[in-house]
Amino acid sequence: MAALGPPLRTLRGLLRELRHASAGAGRPYRDTPAYRHIMAAFRAHRVTSEKLCRAQQELHFQAATYLCLLRSVREHLALHHEYHGKGERSPDEVAGLVGFRLPQQPGGKG
Amino acid sequence: ERKRFYQNVSISQGEGGFEINLDHRKLKTPQAKLFTVPSEALAIAVATEWDSQKDTIKFYTMHLTTLCNTALDNPTQRNKVQLICAAVKFLETDTICYRVEEPPALAELQKNEWDPIVAWAENRYNVAIGSSTSITGPNIPASTKDTFISHLASYNMWALQGIEYVITQLKSLILSMGLIDRHITVEKAVLLSRLEEEYQIRRWGSVEWAHDYDLCELRARAAAGTLFVHLCSESSTVKHKLLQD
Repeated sequence: MAALGPPLRTLRGLLRELRHASAGAGRPYRDTPAYRHIMAAFRAHRVTSEKLCRAQQELHFQAATYLCLLRSVREHLALHHEYHGKGERSPDEVAGLVGFRLPQQPGGKG
Repeated sequence: ERKRFYQNVSISQGEGGFEINLDHRKLKTPQAKLFTVPSEALAIAVATEWDSQKDTIKFYTMHLTTLCNTALDNPTQRNKVQLICAAVKFLETDTICYRVEEPPALAELQKNEWDPIVAWAENRYNVAIGSSTSITGPNIPASTKDTFISHLASYNMWALQGIEYVITQLKSLILSMGLIDRHITVEKAVLLSRLEEEYQIRRWGSVEWAHDYDLCELRARAAAGTLFVHLCSESSTVKHKLLQD
């Protein structure tokens, strides 16, 4: 079985990621179907008399995988914006890099 | 890049399965089929992807949506047998069976990190796999391939699309089965898949805009694929035991 750590940590991580995903959108993150589904699933599998409950471990693995997905997508997007998101410079900016200024042409380019 | 054109994302249940609604419009696949998924949890995750988009829709971050579209449209038009063959063929060039001889530190690292996973697979599936330092790769016996073929045949078409996707991303059938069987986590599988890169990074340093970028992307794709497979092949039942008085 994969080394997953305590389920509570996974759940906390998931809620944090859901908060990030909902930031800026209209609804609070507690209102989303994802939040409701995750909480319901964790609650349903909390009570078990078996020490090694297979369904519990399956759910925890799924939760950990989803957490990895959300976290990695967010980190990837952040890296993308930081390093790859600027696009091309405009001709004005390029000229400015070497100290030139583009000429003013009131009639547009010739 | 498309702007976000919808306010609300919701799920509804139709005849063929669960559907995604963007405001009042039903989501469609690239080939204009109705977007339906068999699992409610998967539908919720896809809806969350759409709801997470801010001003513009970044399709390259929506891995679950992409996987569902692939399963629904089947753009490569492969049937179940062809998918399985493509997956098992990867075993011949499986990353963790392909070993170097130098530098010795890397060879040692490969032995220590990859041997246990190969041993696990050989034990779990009762097959012989081995590893090789030759340029032609390991010699996989036909019986081993047959075992994996019949094992993969037990998965449905959707799950198989996911499995083949994970194998293509991780460049390893064995690591993918380790994920599917919940033997290793996504982070560990990705680490093992990128072992040589991680070795070089530890020696020469990490370049954030390349190494971390690729690492995050591979983690996202492997996680999406694994989750997709599990959500498409699960059947969950809750057994309520009677309380002992």
